Amino acid sequence: MTDAVGSLSGRLGQAADTPRRTPLYDRHQRAGAKLIPFAGWDMPVQYEGIRAEHVQVRTGAGMFDVSHMGEIETSGPDAERFLQRLLSNDVTKLPEHGAQYSVLCRQDGGVLDDLFTYRRPQGRFLTVTNAANHEKDLAWFREHAEDFDVEVADAHAGWAMIAVQGPHARAALAGLAEGELPARMRTAELSVAGADALVCGTGYTGEDGCELLLAPDAAPAVWDALLGEGVRPAGLGARYTLRLEACFHLYGNDLSEDRNPIEAGLGWCCKLDTGFIGAEALAAAAPEQMLVPFAFTGPGIPRQDNPVIAPHGHGVVTSGSLSPCLETGIGMAYVPAADAAPGTSIEVDVRGKMRPAEVREKPLVGHRRPARPGAQ
Amino acid sequence: MAEASYPDDLKYHAEHDWARIEGDQATFGITWYAQDALGEVVFFDPPEVGTRVSKDQAYAEVESVKAVSDVFSPLSGEIVEVNEALADSPEKINDDPYGEGWMVKVRLTDPSEVDSLLDVKAYRELL
Repeated sequence: MTDAVGSLSGRLGQAADTPRRTPLYDRHQRAGAKLIPFAGWDMPVQYEGIRAEHVQVRTGAGMFDVSHMGEIETSGPDAERFLQRLLSNDVTKLPEHGAQYSVLCRQDGGVLDDLFTYRRPQGRFLTVTNAANHEKDLAWFREHAEDFDVEVADAHAGWAMIAVQGPHARAALAGLAEGELPARMRTAELSVAGADALVCGTGYTGEDGCELLLAPDAAPAVWDALLGEGVRPAGLGARYTLRLEACFHLYGNDLSEDRNPIEAGLGWCCKLDTGFIGAEALAAAAPEQMLVPFAFTGPGIPRQDNPVIAPHGHGVVTSGSLSPCLETGIGMAYVPAADAAPGTSIEVDVRGKMRPAEVREKPLVGHRRPARPGAQ
Repeated sequence: MAEASYPDDLKYHAEHDWARIEGDQATFGITWYAQDALGEVVFFDPPEVGTRVSKDQAYAEVESVKAVSDVFSPLSGEIVEVNEALADSPEKINDDPYGEGWMVKVRLTDPSEVDSLLDVKAYRELL
């Protein structure tokens, strides 16, 4: 038996020789997690099982160790002006204690990364990177910092990150936090189980909850306290299926340097009048393909790189899995722009078998949030 | 099945498949190790009855939430029966890999190939 495909494998290419360990590595081992090398880190892919963990996050509360994700701190008099030049969203609209999603583009509009940025007091910004892109992003930030009065710091070593997600996540956290939890897309500096944490009202599952940024030394005790509140550990496997049902993009699958954010459906976070790097190219872009969510109408499970046959031409699957909630194959695919309307019938070539599917609306599962379409 | 188990009346293939030999017929499935490595099986795509399978070649696919894996044929022959119950209940492959999780029954075309398979002791040494 050999793995022909691994949907998580899209991001494994940059693994270092010896995978790094997060401060929660011992907790994962103790919990019987299956650990896999992921973007240069030994990360838990599952504990009791992907489906059980997925359902736990949809119905209760789960927590993910996402300490592999990187952080870049930007400060100095020009910090806002600098980030406005790099990030696709309008950074001037990001309030203090606010969170904002954006993409980092090349001059030609290709996507270098997708990122959350938090504005902290005293004009400091914290930008969370994808683990596999952290070094690349940092180099990009530094290269462009020369014309600005800013300081760009690699803050990765200073932060562990725990995402607490699910309909009961906030109640569990409230029992441990001194002070009020932040609203969605806001942050608060609170003591959580005795540790100083930057608590962010963000997530990657389509459920309510918070992400905690805290000192690496403090992470194990906070993890244990969350366990005591009934929050169950969930691995990268469930994180993948949860975000796919919610139609959140995964860099390396749905986003890449070869795709621009307009075709990826992220035009909502590209404020072309802010003059960010790539804006000019995107203003002229007329995408031939669009990224759409789809669901199988019969058997089978789509996987990354499966070819798509649509009414107006070909496309390709960028993410695919079984949906634990819908119990059918789901995915995201680039299809001809003329075939992007929900309800369009397409076919996916799954290793030689043509599987019927239908373009669907976002999200495939979960709550529609019309105020911030596609916001994570 | 939570605990690892490897029945000693089966023959094993190094790709983590088993064969139960009954005269010139054999039943195939995947081992406890294989189903554990794969995780929860959510889809089994069986071959059709009448398909010829060759030793060491893939004859079916099993999928977990996160990955798809080929299932290899430990012996050569012609498929005479497939486990239709797995279409609706692929989790039987996890729950009972040597019983209700069997995959196909095959009429062997070269029973002498059985000699190349591993006994339980040799298979366990691979793990």
